[in-house]
Amino acid sequence: MFRWVVARDLMLAWRQRADVLSTLFFFVIVVSLFPLGIGPETQLLRSIAPGTVWVAALLASMLSLNRVFANDYHDGTLEQMLLTPQPLYLVVLGKVMAQWLVSEVPLVLIAPLIGVQFGLSPDTLLVLFISLLIGTPILSLIGSIGAALTLGLRGGGVLVALLVLPLYIPVLIFGAGAVDATIIGIDPAANIYLLSAMLVLSLVFAPWATAAALRISLE
Amino acid sequence: MLEATNLACVRGSRRLFSDLNFSLAAGTLLQVTGPNGSGKTSLQRIICGLMAPDAGEVKWGDANIKSLGEDYSSNFIYIGHRHGVKDELTSVENLRIAAGLTGAELTKNDAARALGEVGLAGREDLPARFLSEGQKRRSALARLITSRRTLWVLDEVLASLDTAAIRMVESLIERHLSEGGMAIVTTHQPLNLTAGSIQQLELAGEVPIGSASAGLRS
Repeated sequence: MFRWVVARDLMLAWRQRADVLSTLFFFVIVVSLFPLGIGPETQLLRSIAPGTVWVAALLASMLSLNRVFANDYHDGTLEQMLLTPQPLYLVVLGKVMAQWLVSEVPLVLIAPLIGVQFGLSPDTLLVLFISLLIGTPILSLIGSIGAALTLGLRGGGVLVALLVLPLYIPVLIFGAGAVDATIIGIDPAANIYLLSAMLVLSLVFAPWATAAALRISLE
Repeated sequence: MLEATNLACVRGSRRLFSDLNFSLAAGTLLQVTGPNGSGKTSLQRIICGLMAPDAGEVKWGDANIKSLGEDYSSNFIYIGHRHGVKDELTSVENLRIAAGLTGAELTKNDAARALGEVGLAGREDLPARFLSEGQKRRSALARLITSRRTLWVLDEVLASLDTAAIRMVESLIERHLSEGGMAIVTTHQPLNLTAGSIQQLELAGEVPIGSASAGLRS
């Protein structure tokens, strides 16, 4: 059943490629604006790189959030998923995983390439890649709670941002912190471990909270 | 067997119905009628467990549906007015995915056969956005054939269907009832059934607190 949820959402994403690509382009453009706007000061660019890339990743993930449940809510397929004889936890986990694969993974893959614009060293680029790889699933998981809570509300998009962005702060701090540490020559392991711990926690609790929120929103 | 005791539903400051009792045995159809806004959809959502009743309980067999949780879901199928057909997917894909999500595999041939039965032969591989409203509804109704559930909960099932499709739905329900199934149907049109027994439940609409809101006759 889990694999049906994932396969279904991947298939739907493939049929709406333009929507999916817009998130990636948004990320690329936002990150690229900073070197253009600030000018070719390598030292300055290098020190703002971690924060910039990570903030852009947070904003890009916000863009794709309302797609997770909203379309399925409007055509009634979400209702049908609530009525399947399987735990809703699995449905949510499948949908979030599909959203991560579709919207976040391309962004994680392209981030090292974009980091070159900021004059980051290969080591730093690797840490950037790893921190995003561990951090972006947390964004999807936490974001799904907000998306489920604001389902069917007017102005839901803005509300999701207000609800979810504050919860993203720890991920931002430790994600950007890992990259920062590498730049100034400290071992980034501590930050990466903390990110991993957050990922485990959100994997366990977020789908459960999202499932509860969905039941409320669909009542 | 499905049994509802003392059900009540309050939406905002309005009481839609209260002290609603009925039970549904194998081979029986419950036709729910009533004016717009009288709580027909709410009643169906309560029966499906999507909504909690404000009082009373719904029992499946001997157990409250709340305590059955997900096990209850494998006994019924619900088609609401949002019929749950994805515009981006073809009718066959819609049907196969709907089956896959409930844990059952459906072959392409079985899906195509069910779609032929609801009159969509030749349109199986068309994305649903190219289908008319009535055809989309037919595509949703094909789930009734493939899912093999005991209880059918159908909301405004005849809306936007042509006369041939209405006849098709009636014969689907007849076959279902004669095989020992149950159905709860809301509709404004009369259903002409030759098999199974029909119970009527009339929701009167908004009522002052304390008075009976529903009459049940067989």
